[in-house]
Amino acid sequence: MSNQQWPAEWRAWAEEVQATFPNATSSLMPFLHRVRSQQGWLTPEALDAAAELLGMTRQHVDSVVSFYTLFRTEPTGARTIHVCRGLSCMMAGADTLMENLEHHLGIAEGQTTSDGAVTLLEAECLAACDLAPACQVNLVYRGPVAPDAFRELLEMPVEEPPALARRAEQSGAQGAKGVADRE
Amino acid sequence: MSSARPDRHYLLRQRDVPDIHQLEVYRAHGGYEALKQALEANQPDQLVELAKASGLRGRGGAGFPTGMKWSFLPKDGRARVLVINADEGEPGTFKDRELIEGNPHQLIEGMIITCFAIRAPESYVYVRGEFLHGYERLTAAIREAEAAGILGAEVMGHPFAHRMFVYRGAGAYICGEETALLESLEGKRGNPRSKPPFPAVAGLYGRPTVVNNVETIMNLPPLVLKGADWYRQWGTEKSPGLKVMSVSGHVNRPGNYEVPLDWTLAELIEAAGGVRTGHQVKAVIPGGSSMPCMPASQLDTPIDYESLVEAGSMLGSGGCIVMDDSTCIVRAVARVVRFYRNESCGKCTPCREGTYWLTDIMDRLERGDGEMRDLDMLLDVSDNINGKAFCPLGDAAVGFLVSAIKHFRGEFQEHITGQRCPLGARQYDTAIH
Repeated sequence: MSNQQWPAEWRAWAEEVQATFPNATSSLMPFLHRVRSQQGWLTPEALDAAAELLGMTRQHVDSVVSFYTLFRTEPTGARTIHVCRGLSCMMAGADTLMENLEHHLGIAEGQTTSDGAVTLLEAECLAACDLAPACQVNLVYRGPVAPDAFRELLEMPVEEPPALARRAEQSGAQGAKGVADRE
Repeated sequence: MSSARPDRHYLLRQRDVPDIHQLEVYRAHGGYEALKQALEANQPDQLVELAKASGLRGRGGAGFPTGMKWSFLPKDGRARVLVINADEGEPGTFKDRELIEGNPHQLIEGMIITCFAIRAPESYVYVRGEFLHGYERLTAAIREAEAAGILGAEVMGHPFAHRMFVYRGAGAYICGEETALLESLEGKRGNPRSKPPFPAVAGLYGRPTVVNNVETIMNLPPLVLKGADWYRQWGTEKSPGLKVMSVSGHVNRPGNYEVPLDWTLAELIEAAGGVRTGHQVKAVIPGGSSMPCMPASQLDTPIDYESLVEAGSMLGSGGCIVMDDSTCIVRAVARVVRFYRNESCGKCTPCREGTYWLTDIMDRLERGDGEMRDLDMLLDVSDNINGKAFCPLGDAAVGFLVSAIKHFRGEFQEHITGQRCPLGARQYDTAIH
């Protein structure tokens, strides 16, 4: 199989990360980060591409991807909200904040709205206890977010990966709340 | 008597100098003068001696003497590596985040000085995946330094050549453990390695490696300029210097505080604005959630490494979590234990299974479904984890739990006899099933 089947962008990134790190094995995670930030999540094609373009087995790629929480392999919303549930954030009301978001979005922690717009996730300590309750929206810090002020997480402008923006646009017409398939 | 707080910041310099993350501003305020002096006036070994003389200890948690760590590198001619641990994720700790975002050039300068001292041609910063802003700041600062001839084939005109890399983690607390970090940096799952061999002998890609914390290395520039005696004006004989303490929880001004290491917990809490009006301190975890808690009666304990150990806890990473009298200690413990269950890498049985059972028991205690024998079971499971896990994550999981049962056993019992939280704390339950 030829590498040509992959998007030119991915091929260029693979060359770039391999050139950046003197030891080739270290190129995998930087490559996955770039594809993830473009796609919003790691599609099966992206994992195949990583293996092939970086000269690794798909098993190795899977073993790495499955270890790290930021490498998601299921469809993820254009806006990904992480609510920190660490001790200091819990003491500042993070649980109520999470409950408010769940009720408003009509989804549970770990799920994505059916229009593909929002994924709601809990985060282990985000190292931002001074901002408790602390959150991240597409990895941008926000805090303190008072439990009743949860809407600011849905309204704050985010840079959306182009692939996700397209998907949300296509399905946005439905506008219905609900739970996307998780399994 | 505690030493006075310095009139300026030496690590959190962005507090005093806006935009110090820019090379131009950093240099206008004496930045890279220490590196210049180190390269011109020092032999590498003199810098190792300086670190030893200063008494600087590792700020990541273990508190190991920095200069001594450097001198463990074998002298066998192999290329050495410096790896900076910026995988900050210990609940309660947020100093490295602010340091990297606010003052990245001081980290870079400290790293180059360290690499000159240990003769390392390459260095890496492992930044946790969630620190996207910090990663971008640091990457931009390295590009600035390269363009200015501070990094590259020559360092400020000195033939010492140096390359620096920034690498992002992707969400795994265990990667803060140095050997798990090295695995991750090599592009693998972050499972801890067996020691020996220690990283000093076979670390990154099998090379002799020093792994240091962000804050530790940021002490180097002022140390080179001002000397070991200057550094020793603060703190104690065995724990000299300044420490960035992250104070969070029920204080009026949560944040990072750069304070002398002979301050007491009470002084630190006072600096953070004290506890909320109308409330008293109930317990404090002085060094991140891996450390045992201390009751209010121990607040006059100094924060140096030795005093905190004597008081039954540890300084750890300096993540001081203050809990006032409104805190349900059972709920706090349940949350912390759950964290370690979620973050256990699963490699060894005591940690993987033990944290699972602890979480299960704490969950039913919090719910009001616990039984008296659960308290003994918690201690028994803890005993089967403590000291028996493959890496320190296991020990970390039980520190707060065991200390909480010791100091607040009555509150655990009330949850059992009353079948509910005496303070009325509500257990989180997902809103939609």
